[in-house]
Amino acid sequence: MRPKGEISHGVKGMTVIVKTVASWVKVLIFLFGINIVLFGHLTPGGGFAGGVILASSYVLLMLAFGREFAEENLPLPLASKLDCLGAFMFALIAVLGVVFGGSFFLNFLFQKYLPGHALHLVSAGIIPLCNIAIGLKVGASLFLVILMLSVSCKGTE
Amino acid sequence: MTKVLPAFVVIPLATAFILPVLGKKGKNVATVLANLVTITLLVLAIACIGKSGVYQVGNWSIRVGIILVLDGLSSLMLLAINLVSAAAMLFSARYMEQYTAKSKYLSLFVLMVAGMNGVVLSGDLFNLFVFLEIASLASYALVGFGCGEEELEASFKYMVLGSVASSFILFAIALVYGNTAYLNMACIAKAIQSSGLNAGLTFALALFIVGFGLKAALVPFHAWLPDAHPSAPAPISAMLSGIIIKTLGVYALTRIVFNIFGVSVSVGWLLVTLGLLSMIAGAFLAIGQWDFKRLLAYSSISQVGYVVLGIGLGATLLAKKANPAWASLALLGGLFHLVNHAVYKSLLFLTSGSVEMSTGTRQLKEMGGLAQRLPVTRTTCTVASASIAGIPPFSGFWSKLILVIAAVQAGLYWIAAILVFVSLCTLIMYLKVQRFAFLGELPENLREIKENKGTMLVAMVVLALLCVVMGLLVIIPSLRDSILKPAVDVLTVGPKHWEIAGILKM
Amino acid sequence: MLYALCFLLFMVGLYCAVVKKNMVKIVIGLAIMEYAVNLFLIMLGYRAGGAAPIIDRTYLEVGTDKVAANFINTSVDPLPQALVLTAIVISLGSLALIISICIRIYGKYGTFDITEIRRLKG
Repeated sequence: MRPKGEISHGVKGMTVIVKTVASWVKVLIFLFGINIVLFGHLTPGGGFAGGVILASSYVLLMLAFGREFAEENLPLPLASKLDCLGAFMFALIAVLGVVFGGSFFLNFLFQKYLPGHALHLVSAGIIPLCNIAIGLKVGASLFLVILMLSVSCKGTE
Repeated sequence: MTKVLPAFVVIPLATAFILPVLGKKGKNVATVLANLVTITLLVLAIACIGKSGVYQVGNWSIRVGIILVLDGLSSLMLLAINLVSAAAMLFSARYMEQYTAKSKYLSLFVLMVAGMNGVVLSGDLFNLFVFLEIASLASYALVGFGCGEEELEASFKYMVLGSVASSFILFAIALVYGNTAYLNMACIAKAIQSSGLNAGLTFALALFIVGFGLKAALVPFHAWLPDAHPSAPAPISAMLSGIIIKTLGVYALTRIVFNIFGVSVSVGWLLVTLGLLSMIAGAFLAIGQWDFKRLLAYSSISQVGYVVLGIGLGATLLAKKANPAWASLALLGGLFHLVNHAVYKSLLFLTSGSVEMSTGTRQLKEMGGLAQRLPVTRTTCTVASASIAGIPPFSGFWSKLILVIAAVQAGLYWIAAILVFVSLCTLIMYLKVQRFAFLGELPENLREIKENKGTMLVAMVVLALLCVVMGLLVIIPSLRDSILKPAVDVLTVGPKHWEIAGILKM
Repeated sequence: MLYALCFLLFMVGLYCAVVKKNMVKIVIGLAIMEYAVNLFLIMLGYRAGGAAPIIDRTYLEVGTDKVAANFINTSVDPLPQALVLTAIVISLGSLALIISICIRIYGKYGTFDITEIRRLKG
């Protein structure tokens, strides 16, 4: 039973109320995701959990406005390239451990260049950088996965 | 040499993330890059023969960090893996032109190679699991690559059984961690040596055997293999049959049974039984097949049974503390058969791919007389069939001879008799392939087919030459001592291997 | 005792993955198996009366020499938590792959019933 006043349903998006609130909330979710990624070495979370939250802000966009809107917002080739970029950054940081320190995956920032103060944001060497790379990769790839899985959605049925 | 060890994993991983970016326009660049990577890995693997060492990732000590270990067994497996993947990658440069998303294929292939190299080099139990999963996931995606109906069904069955196997393995790792509080293989071995096996650890060993047996397609657990191997594209079938079931299954099982838990008579007899069942069931089921690749898949089950039989025989003899020369001989036969089978089974799958690309069919009844139109394919297929059937002087003969001699020396004449009988069955099934595919009359619709050119031929010819030459690995003592003997020594010393390698002091 | 219940959950998942005929139910069975293993891993690190293994700035007020001893004496084992994070990521990837294969199979065969998806025989 559809109540009157509903504009569209299913693939084209949801009601006006949902769309308005979603456009405010999605920014907050994205910001929360960035917070979890950046402070991963201090509070629980880190790359993977933060990446999932980043992806979920785009999934909210997809649910509220429809698939095509989300696809215009973050096009598929761009998401794919961000995905590869994140993973490649991670491998690059690991290889830089060899160049600067002599051992693969060595925490060269912590041991030589930028120790920082304990329990502040700038500390623990390469771990925040790795978290950022992983957050980027997981966010982009989860968004890609859900977008791909929804291609076979049969619309309003 | 130990400084190079992370390169085996990092180079393919980094390449796997560059390749999808190149996309459709850079398809040729992507192919060249992927081939360069596999050939580089092969060169590195050849440079690692006979060396050994330990690499501490991130300079963490072994109590808290991950280590990469290169010893005799690892270097033998690295050689086999990188050889077959270089050949399969060369073959797929031309073969995969039939499919559309080639750069994604190359990326997944290189990821699979990275996973397998990581499994073989890892010195830490959970790290082994992570790399095992990387290789398994890449192979699930590659089996269903063509997205036709049969491929998807085969990929689904393979994935379900593979995920069940991985869950068993993770459960067993959790049990081992709970009982010994270590994840590093050396520390676990030392803890088990001092405290013995309690109920939890025995259960973990049983779960490991089930999990790795599912991955290696031993006989009660083989249900996925006859569907998955034929449906995959030909180079992927070669990789699956040639190295994945052996790295993810047989190598991991061997490492855990010999070097971590220590052999016992019951485990040894269990492995012997599984090997015998696989040999016999695989051979009988293969003879009745009319699909070329399905016959090859069942024959894989049978040959992996040979390998597990050799290893199980070595384990039993070591546990009974019989003459150590007999145990070494059985292990030598098993490991040499592993390497041999990697080479000739992958060659057989590559030739079947070449036949399929030329004729468009896999059914033996629709082929015939291809010897006139496809000469190079025919020659390489005959070399590989002779090798797998155990005809001297090809490589398969030597490994089967060593296994038979080991069984006779240990006094187990019935095992030797079964070995010879299954060899005869193997000969029959490959004579069938030769008769129906290559000899006989050429059907009407196949009069105009042409031989395939280019890199496919190069890959097949290289592997065929190796089939002929590899018998020398056991005959020439210097080659045997540098390549095969260190691997056997790693297994015969068992859990003391980690002390000898000097790991426990780090 | 709790470990035996975990194993029971694992067996429930295994039963579901092996016996059921609908493809989606098989996938759910696999997911239950993975949950059971992750649960088992986390329970291994438990210590009665322990605290979460996080050091924040209130710890530092105790004095930097006592931080390590305090941590070792009161927190639960953090290593299984790292293992479980990795295992969850792996099972996410594997679940995404198997669901997409299910969707493609539905597109080709028109049914989710695996007894009808038997083109490969022999």
